[in-house]
Amino acid sequence: MNPWPFVTAAYAVTFIGTLLTSLWAWRTAKSAEARADALRERD
Amino acid sequence: MHALANPRRFLGIARPLTPWLFWSGVALIVLGSLGGLFIAPADYLQGDSFRIIYIHVPAAWLCTGGWTGMAVAAIVQLVWRHPLAAIAGRAIAAPGTLFTAIALASGSIWGRPTWGTWWEWDGRMTSVLILFFLYLGYMALARASVDNEESGGASKVTALYALVGAINLPIIHYSVTWWNSLHQGPSISLTGGSEIASSMLWPLGLTVIGFSLWFSAIVLLRMRAILAETRIEARQRRMARG
Repeated sequence: MNPWPFVTAAYAVTFIGTLLTSLWAWRTAKSAEARADALRERD
Repeated sequence: MHALANPRRFLGIARPLTPWLFWSGVALIVLGSLGGLFIAPADYLQGDSFRIIYIHVPAAWLCTGGWTGMAVAAIVQLVWRHPLAAIAGRAIAAPGTLFTAIALASGSIWGRPTWGTWWEWDGRMTSVLILFFLYLGYMALARASVDNEESGGASKVTALYALVGAINLPIIHYSVTWWNSLHQGPSISLTGGSEIASSMLWPLGLTVIGFSLWFSAIVLLRMRAILAETRIEARQRRMARG
């Protein structure tokens, strides 16, 4: 059995998961901080 | 530790620290993965399929390490009422769930060419699957039961849930010695005597440290998001009251 498709699949699952989590965490933090700063400046 | 109890002081440290942790983590993950995929020699028994170890072991370490962090945060929250500990517990849950899913998926993918099966209901795999469901339960409970809306942290019930769930951690760790299992026993030891050749071990050190730094960066980003959302909700409540 050729192991490389399995190795590739395992790395792909990991890198896609970490990439999506990075984007989600960065976007939610940045947008929440921007909204909080905008509210503070409005007061 | 109490010096960091002030969210403003915490943010002053967390904001500049986040990109350093993130990018140094990414660099080590890339270097370790390249070393594991193309430089480390193939295993004499498992061949090239052993290369999955370089992502599976960090994922397994971080899924149990993440819950350990949540349990410690729960103790700090319940005993010392540290507001950031409650937020840290909530922040760890998402990357902890991700790494539990990666540990399960990469282990299953490794199992097919190595053991001839995708899944076996043995002690190690079953206890990690239970950990995955515990993480999902924690996130649902944390979202549904924020004790103090001013703090944004996990509720006391959620903190207790994290402590009770920690019972699963020694079960995961000792499952391969307590019960017969397809999963191999421990082959890496922090106190020396690792059974893996150093030519195969160094990329693993890089990916373990790299994913740990990346995990820390994501936890800081989640804490920053929760703190900002809490500030928004508090300000909106004040504005609604006039």
